[in-house]
Amino acid sequence: MSGPLLQVRSLTKTYGARIGCADVGFDLWPGEVLGIVGESGSGKSTLLSCLAGHQAPDAGEVIFATAEGPRDMLGMTESERRRLSRTDWAYVHQNPRDGLRMGVTAGGNVGERLMAVGARNYGSIRETATDWLGRVEIAADRIDDRPRQFSGGMQQRLQIARNLVTGPRLVFMDEPTGGLDVSVQARLLDLLRGLVRQMGLSVIIVTHDLAVVRLLADRLMVMKSGRVVEQGLTDQVLDDPQHAYTQLLVSSILQV
Amino acid sequence: MTDHAYNFAYLDEETKRMIRRAILKAIAVPGYQVPFASREMPMPYGWGTGGVQVTAACLTPGDVLKVIDQGADDTTNAVSIRRFFQRTAGVATTEATTEATLIQTRHRIPETPLTADQILVYQVPIPEPLRFLEPRETETRKMHALEEYGLMHVKLYEDIARHGEIATSYAYPVKVGDRYVMDPSPIPKFDNPKLSDSPAIQLFGAGRESRIYALPPHTRVVSLDFEDHPFTPSKADHACDLCGAAESYLDEVITDDLGSRMFVCSDTDFCRTRREAGQVGRLGGTLEGEAA
Repeated sequence: MSGPLLQVRSLTKTYGARIGCADVGFDLWPGEVLGIVGESGSGKSTLLSCLAGHQAPDAGEVIFATAEGPRDMLGMTESERRRLSRTDWAYVHQNPRDGLRMGVTAGGNVGERLMAVGARNYGSIRETATDWLGRVEIAADRIDDRPRQFSGGMQQRLQIARNLVTGPRLVFMDEPTGGLDVSVQARLLDLLRGLVRQMGLSVIIVTHDLAVVRLLADRLMVMKSGRVVEQGLTDQVLDDPQHAYTQLLVSSILQV
Repeated sequence: MTDHAYNFAYLDEETKRMIRRAILKAIAVPGYQVPFASREMPMPYGWGTGGVQVTAACLTPGDVLKVIDQGADDTTNAVSIRRFFQRTAGVATTEATTEATLIQTRHRIPETPLTADQILVYQVPIPEPLRFLEPRETETRKMHALEEYGLMHVKLYEDIARHGEIATSYAYPVKVGDRYVMDPSPIPKFDNPKLSDSPAIQLFGAGRESRIYALPPHTRVVSLDFEDHPFTPSKADHACDLCGAAESYLDEVITDDLGSRMFVCSDTDFCRTRREAGQVGRLGGTLEGEAA
């Protein structure tokens, strides 16, 4: 594919007089992982939800390279946008409870997107679900258990499987490792990194954990008060921060 | 005898107009749930307040009304609604499916095929088929509007995963005219095939939820299923013990505390008509003997 997968131009979202995010622009290329970091309230979640179509931005363009060519997301009808969000896109929530159906078995959770795009063969849905549970390291005999019976880390992995099952091209992740302890985080990151490379996913990952972006992201955007203050290659930004806020952010990490 | 303190069929004419508008809209958009301003009725929710309002809006003085509850004409719900309209509308009533012009039903479709001269009114407790999977009304409306029905199959998937087969045996979701997914009210799935291509008008009223939906005559209604787990209309594997019918939907009746049981047609009119014609089942004596 030629050209960027997602082009964002001067995206602005305000909440009354307050700025959610202002004048954000970037290109995301196929296979690229973009990290967005910043402190709480810096507008990174607002940005992500505007990109994913959960909120309508006040101004700007979000151009996605659909199978039929580049389209401005904001001009799409809701049904087109929702169809995209079931097929080409995935959204991994910070809290797996927001992204999973807690009363539905693991297999049903993974199968939902398949059924949403028209799969009507129980056997093949189940086979795909079993395969995906394996890929996110959940034992196949847990397929008929509900997410409530899973640990936090397993729930998060299940959420990832549920999102990736339809082979999306663009994945939005909102603090995917938040609320997990460090060893589970490490495993999850390892898994994510493998899946991203293996499937050639483009990912926009929002986090305040610099270790996560160091491991996963190719490129990094630093946000403060709704604006992008610095962007560049991850290692470049983290090792040689230019903006005062980025310097503060990098130096705030405890060295163990 | 009409009780003259009431307007014909209890509801005032403006209310009936409002309900008729909703019914017309529902017929124009088969399977779509039309909101309407449901009234308080002199009976508790769950007793058919939605069906009663639809019936009241459709009744004319010349109608012959039949009311069935789980197939039976003689159970509390059926008797009280029938009496309600006898008092407030003074219409003729009947227990015979073939004589009725308007049939209000709870949880069954009569065994006798309906005709183009009949209206079948269903009582609906929860009109939203997606409700137990998606509690948000805003979201379910959006899903209907955008025809996003994958979730309905998740329910069936869960059935097979847990029970090895689609265990939903009543209120089995259907797709109407290739568009809306609809809850056919808690009829047994045995009755689902009768929904499709029926010559009668089928109206669904949910009083508490304030929704009316409809199937115009000869609408295609398909029960949802999987390719490798097709829909099967099921019934108890017996013949009726009173009339010997093998093809009707049966109720299981426990007759003592030693495990004895009998199976009888749930459609009492169908069963009686057969017995009057001389059909006898395993335990069926004569009609006169039973009355004693």
